[in-house]
Amino acid sequence: MIAPVGAYITLSAILFFTGIVGVIARRNPLIQLMSIELLFNSANLALVTFARTWGNNVGHIFAFLVITVAAAEAAIGLAIVVIVFRKTTFVDVDEVATLKG
Amino acid sequence: MIGFVGLSLLMIASAVFTVTAKKPVYSVVGLLVNFIALAITYLTLHAEFLAVIQIVVYSGAILILFVFVIALLSSGVKPFATGPDRAPRILIPALAFGAIGLAAVLVAVYFTTFAPETIYGLTGQADVFGSVSDFGNALFQHNLLPFEVTAFLLMVAIIGVVLLAGDDAPVARRLKRNREPIARSGREPIAR
Repeated sequence: MIAPVGAYITLSAILFFTGIVGVIARRNPLIQLMSIELLFNSANLALVTFARTWGNNVGHIFAFLVITVAAAEAAIGLAIVVIVFRKTTFVDVDEVATLKG
Repeated sequence: MIGFVGLSLLMIASAVFTVTAKKPVYSVVGLLVNFIALAITYLTLHAEFLAVIQIVVYSGAILILFVFVIALLSSGVKPFATGPDRAPRILIPALAFGAIGLAAVLVAVYFTTFAPETIYGLTGQADVFGSVSDFGNALFQHNLLPFEVTAFLLMVAIIGVVLLAGDDAPVARRLKRNREPIARSGREPIAR
């Protein structure tokens, strides 16, 4: 498949800002976490594209580490969601203001 | 090129569906489609090992974790009572921010000349590029320390999750202990 590098980077940017809008605008923490996964994936796409462009597989290593960080982030984020749900039975990030000064 | 356009449209559509879906389960389905299309895109970039990892780790592990938590939380009486309205006052700034950032990146991409302008087939060492042996060589011979740091990170994440959400976790116990003296001293409980 032949496509210019700019097309891959454009796709990555579109996915990234779709995820940004999801993180900012949605109030359901689960959907916010999934939007964060979108962000990780778009960054990975840019990394893999440049790795392919330069023929250097360090980009693959970096993408691998990003996937690991995403897994850890998802696990801890979901644990926090479960804790909050235990206390309030109300999954809405705007209602979780216990730490507000 | 036609395949790339098709994959791109599929990925963008599924991403938008993920962000705008009413229920988290629909979001998971959209995210699954997105991950599989992204894995195919990795294949077109000769990142074969990463494509497999993408499917195994993301679609196989992370999304299952999401589905599990959604099922766990939905077993109550009124699942996912999200706020009164979707708040257009935050939606409009979010869309504006996204549009401005996307426009900035697109302008930067448009005015940048990437050194190899186009990705053509296989070149140079590329007949093994991205394969499992190539990836393993790079990971274990030149990047061993990041790999070990990754193992440490995963261990910290596991311990953190157990401490946070375990059945008899210290966090839960401390929450219980802190609630009592506040009630006894007659102070107002913290408003939520």
